[in-house]
Formats: sequence, C-alpha cells, structure tokens
Amino acid sequence: MVSIIKSRMLEEMKLQSGQDPACCYQCAKCSAACPVTAAMDLLPHQVIRYLQLGLEVELLESRTPWICASCFTCAARCPRDLDLARMMEGVRLAILRRREGNMFGPANLSPEQLAKLPQQALVSGFRKYNK
Amino acid sequence: MPRTGVFICHCGTNIAATVDIDKVVEAARSFPGVVHAEDYRYLCSEVGQDLIKKAIKEHNLDRVVVGTCSPRMHENTFRKAAAEAGLNPFLLEVANIREQCSWVHRDIAEATPKAVALVRAATAKAAQNDPLEAPSMEVEKRALVIGGGIAGIQAALDIAEAGFTVDIVEREPSIGGRMAQLEKTFPTLDCSACILTPKMVEVAQHPNINLLTYSEVEQVNGFVGQFDVTIRKKARSVDATRCTGCGICHEKCPKKAPAEFEMGRSTRKAIYVPFPQAVPNVPVIDRQACLYFQKGRCQICAKECPAEAIDFEQQDELLERRYGAIIVSTGFDQMDPSGYGEYGYGQHPDILTGLEFERLFNASGPTGGKVVRFSDGKPPKKVVFIQCVGSRDKARGMNYCSKICCMYTAKQAILLKEKVPDARSYIFYIDVRAAGKGYEEFQRRAAEEYDVAYLRGQVGKIFPENDYLVVKGVDSLSGKTIEIKADMVVLAAASIARADAPVVGRILGINSDSYHFFNEAHPKLRPVETHTAGVFIAGACQAPKDIPDTVAQAGAAAAKTVSLLSKEVLQGEACTAVVNQAECSGCLYCEAVCPYGAVSAVEIEERSAGGTIKRTVAEVNAALCQGCGSCTAICRSGSINLKGFSNEQILAEVDAICLQC
Repeated sequence: MVSIIKSRMLEEMKLQSGQDPACCYQCAKCSAACPVTAAMDLLPHQVIRYLQLGLEVELLESRTPWICASCFTCAARCPRDLDLARMMEGVRLAILRRREGNMFGPANLSPEQLAKLPQQALVSGFRKYNK
Repeated sequence: MPRTGVFICHCGTNIAATVDIDKVVEAARSFPGVVHAEDYRYLCSEVGQDLIKKAIKEHNLDRVVVGTCSPRMHENTFRKAAAEAGLNPFLLEVANIREQCSWVHRDIAEATPKAVALVRAATAKAAQNDPLEAPSMEVEKRALVIGGGIAGIQAALDIAEAGFTVDIVEREPSIGGRMAQLEKTFPTLDCSACILTPKMVEVAQHPNINLLTYSEVEQVNGFVGQFDVTIRKKARSVDATRCTGCGICHEKCPKKAPAEFEMGRSTRKAIYVPFPQAVPNVPVIDRQACLYFQKGRCQICAKECPAEAIDFEQQDELLERRYGAIIVSTGFDQMDPSGYGEYGYGQHPDILTGLEFERLFNASGPTGGKVVRFSDGKPPKKVVFIQCVGSRDKARGMNYCSKICCMYTAKQAILLKEKVPDARSYIFYIDVRAAGKGYEEFQRRAAEEYDVAYLRGQVGKIFPENDYLVVKGVDSLSGKTIEIKADMVVLAAASIARADAPVVGRILGINSDSYHFFNEAHPKLRPVETHTAGVFIAGACQAPKDIPDTVAQAGAAAAKTVSLLSKEVLQGEACTAVVNQAECSGCLYCEAVCPYGAVSAVEIEERSAGGTIKRTVAEVNAALCQGCGSCTAICRSGSINLKGFSNEQILAEVDAICLQC
C-alpha cells in the first residue's frame, strides 16, 4: 500500500530546485526523450511520480538520480515547463543530506584548508549541509 | 428638495445576518430629502416590489433608493417597478449592501456603518438624478454570416428558414470549410461530404440566402440593428453568371500551384475549384500563379471556355450593405508542428498532421483515396499516432486541450484498418478524452475490435532509418521504453485560432482570449453572444469543438439573431455621454479613446467679441454611445458628462461617503 503524503524529500527538493512536481501530468515525454534510460532503474517520469506519492525510501535506493547526466533534454521537451534536470539535482541534494558520517562543514575545517578551498565549494557545502 | 424613499432589503439572512437593518433604516430617515424609509425580507419578490410601488404613490416620492444586492442583479427589476408606479426609472438608485458589504464582512459592528454610508451615498446621488429616456432604434431585417463552414451554413439556413435575408461572406472560393476536408465523422462514421454537401446546395438554392464567396469583410461601422458593412468581393476573373462549371478551363490550364485544400500535399491548376463538390461550382484564377497575369502570355482557359466566362479585366468590387445582426463563424487552423524538432515534421514526407492523413482517405485527395506513403507509394503497415502535439503544452504550444484529437485519431485508426487490413496502429496518448454521446464506446471499439495499441506515454524522438521511421517513446504504465519501426507517423497537431482572428476581432469590436479565440459574453449563460450587442459567435472560432457542438452553437446563434431581427425597434442606451460644447476645447482626445466610434468633430458658430467665430468641438452620437465613460475620463476640461454618472453625481456620492468616517 502506498501512502500519498508530503515527504521531507519533496519539500527539500522543491526548496532546492524551485520546481513543483504537482505540475506534472505524467505524459512521460521526459522518459521518452532521456538518452540514458537504459541504465536507470526508475524512469524519469517515475521519479516525479514517486515524489508526488512521497515514496522516499524507494528514491533513496534508486540509481536513477545518479545516472541522470543533466543534459536538460527533459527540461527542453516538458510540456508543463518543469525543469526535471533541476529536480534531479534537488533529489540528489536531498539524498546526500540523509547520509550520515560524511558531514563536514566550514566549522570543521582548519584556516589553512579554508584558504585553499575555492569559494564555490564553500557555498556548495553550505547548501548541502547547513540546514 | 426631492422626496426620497429608502427601502432596505434583508435578502433573507444574506444581508440581515451581517448588517443591522434597523439601524440602517433609522439612519436613512435622517438623510436630507428622505421622507420615507422601511425594510423588507425580500424586496425583489412581488410583495417587495408592490411595497415600493405603493410607497411611491402614498408618499408622493420622486426619488427611490434601494439598499439591496448588486445593481447587476436586480437594478432592472426595481427600475421596472418604479416605472410601473409612474416614476422615471432612472430616478431609482441601488446601494449595493450585499456583494460590497454583507458578503465581504463578518463583523456586524463594521458592516452596519458601511451599509449606512453606502445608502447615504446612493441617496445623495439620487437627489442629483435626472429623468432619462432610452432612444429607440430601427432594426435592419438582414443578417450577415462571416465564414461559410458548417457553423455558418447551419446558422444561415436557420435564419433563412425563419424568413429573414442572410448574406454569407466566405473568404475561400467555395463554402464548406474544414468539414469539407474530412472523409468520415466520428462516432458514427458518416461520410462527411454526404451530410455536408446537401446543406451546401440548400444554401446555394435558398431564396433568402445570398452567397458571397471569395469575399472578405473589410470594415464594420454602426451598431446593433444597423451595422454598415463594407465587403470586398475579390476578382474571380471568371464571370459567374456565364460559367456553367464544365471544368474545361482547369483541365486545360498548363500551370500548377500547391493546393491549399490539400495543405500543399498535392497541386491544383492556376484556374481551379478547390474541390469537386464546391459551391458555387465556379472556378477562380489564382493571379499569383496564372501565366497570363505573371508573364502576359497564355489565355488558354479563355480560348477553351465554351461559355466565354473568363474575364481577365475583372476588378475587386466593394459592397456596402446594412445588417441588423452579425454571426462570426470563422473557424480554426491546425498548428504547424514543425517547431517540434523531435517529431521531424516537414523533414520527412511520411510524417503527417491529422488533417493531411485524413485527406489520404478521400477519393479526391492527393492519393486518390489510396492510403499510401508519400515517399514510395506503398501502403503503411505500421502507423504511429501521437496525441497532444502542441495541445496541453504550456511550454511550447497551447495550454488547452484541442478536444477533437482523441476522437479523430480513433476514427483514423479504424479507417486505416478498413483500408489496409494488415495495418497496425499505435497511439501514444496522455489521457483519452472521450466525453460525448457514443464517444467512449467508439474509442473502446478502436482499441478492442480494430487492433489499435494504445500506449500511455509520449514520443521523444523520430528519425528515419532504411525505409522506415524509428519512433522512440515510452509506455508510462509499464515503465518501459518502446521503439517502433513505423511506416508512417501522424501528429495530432493542436487546433488553433485563425492567424487573422485578431484582425477580424478588431474589425468587429469583439474581444478574444489569450489564444485569440473569440470570447463569449458569459461562459455559461451567454455562450453565443459577444460583448458587442448584435454580434454573435458560432463554431471553432470560439474554442476548439467538434461538429455536433458546432452545429448546436450555430443554431443557438441563429435563434439569437432571429429574435433580434424580429423586433421592430430596439431600446438603446439611456446613459450616454453629452458634450458641453461651450466648454469643449476641441482637442478630440475623446474621439481617439472612444471604442464605438461615437464621438466626432463638428464645427459650431458662436458669438465672440464683435462677431461670430467658427470653432471645432466634439459631438456624441447617442445611438452609437454605449456609455462606457472613457471620454469623460480623458476629457481635460471636464466638459463631457455621462448621463446617469455625471461628475456632479459621482462627487455627491463621494462627499456623502466621506461625511461620517
């Protein structure tokens, strides 16, 4: 039995990507256009459906978000103007936050390391771990 | 001082629950000029109206204020009641204490003083009101139908049968429209031509119908009952009174051009009739293609014509006619799907639109009725249909559902199976929308009895390989990607408004939605009227729709037209603009902003120091004025006033509201 709920992953993904899966009417154009579906266990439109249904555990275990090459074909073809490539990035970020043990933030770094790190990495670190 | 009566309505609990009625009545008694005030549970009821009528007579009232619902709701009801009691209806004012007070507030302590202020404002305005008379106008007993597709044909026949004269203006050389291009109609598989052509012939033969084909409406002036319309009758280069329709001219004509009727998928001659059942069966010379008009030599058609009907000297003709009502039925276009690169339309001859595929079944179509591929002339064994190409697509197409594609695709899949028995159809769809009498059953028949594979999903890429087209799609229900080696691909391209719909809208003064489909006056209760009185709409120019809906709407527009033309006189607008010509500086900004062309410049003579001078000022034609008030707002010197909404009246209202805040 599937529970249709608003999941934490959905909320995080929406915040990160600015995309709302509720717009999707499941035409599956993204899956038809995606060049790397052969390596995916869930098709792109199914990822959106899983988000709509709040199937967090399944998404945490799925290979699909990591297979996505961010080629943006899906975003270019989507009739609902959803940017699925951004959504996938949002899902990846949400998954990373679930993982324990590899948390390191700016506070854990020495001044020498901080001086060497590029600015972008710091911003990225904040985005991923500072919530 | 006027003698004003104030009547406050409870509207059941709609007003009374949030407004303290007793307090409003009590306050009203203290307003200047109020000699009578009372309340009632439902003022709009017979008893409530009698209450007002009785009070007018008993208290000798010369102004009435009703505190009720919005004037859009019941202003007419109360004005009629006042008129029956012998009062000029425009001496009655409505204070809207329901929509603008009780419905938008919860707190009785806040809503009550607001209701008092609104009634006070209406009382102050009523004191300034003058008695007004609505002008009456004659009705020209003749209708104009723009567009001779099935909508225009049906509307014209219905009006003509009611005994009124109708002119049909059709841009193409023949009437018939889109329906003439179709082979069969869903869900009964009636032959389209077999049910349409008898109606076309009836139109041509009806004594009350005048056909103006190859003609366009250039200009519309005037107003309901008296539209003055300029129609351009384009030069046909053929004398219709002599032509017998024998067809020798287009048989002998040496010059070919792409056939519009076949969406350019085959050719016609420079002199042509668009299709064999054309009405009227009189050819047209396409001057852009004709060798004589382009190079000065040929004239074969004129030499061959046994009736001597070819007339190279013919000129466009401008007709000026007056009509009482106009029906707009200009139809729709099919979107060009070449913007969708992944489908490759336009890059391969075997990728067609729905309408192009439809023509393959027609005996007079580009393939003579054989369902074969344009590339090699072989019958297709695997045909992929793709739904929602440009429809339901807010990113690259139209946000709406085109409504007819689900059904005509099912129809075409059935027709294909009948013509090519070993063919298989694959239909990629998002949702099947088969709402309509017999539609669901028809679609299921396609899936169950005609071996049509319905695949819920979309297509991501189509590319040619060897002599077939590789279609890469997905079935979202199973979550499997699908690859089909298809012989032909049919795209259900979106139905869109005609490219020149905005121009037609501007000529007629009717508005459209963001997709350029014409707007009805009310989506539910006035579906064939427009906001311009006397102009009606029918068919797919209002929104995509199928033939039954189009015919029903055409009948409705005809009924509205007939009821308008049956009137001897029409009551015009009483609240019109008037110019104080002594103050007018003649800047004529008002003329520029008037949407109805009711303001014009006139020269007046006036006495000035030592003699008379001539001066240009504005003048309002009360018959054209609709009382929108644009001119009064733009007038720099405040010298235009709207009767019933004059600057003095509005300011009296504002003053009254500000009195106690």
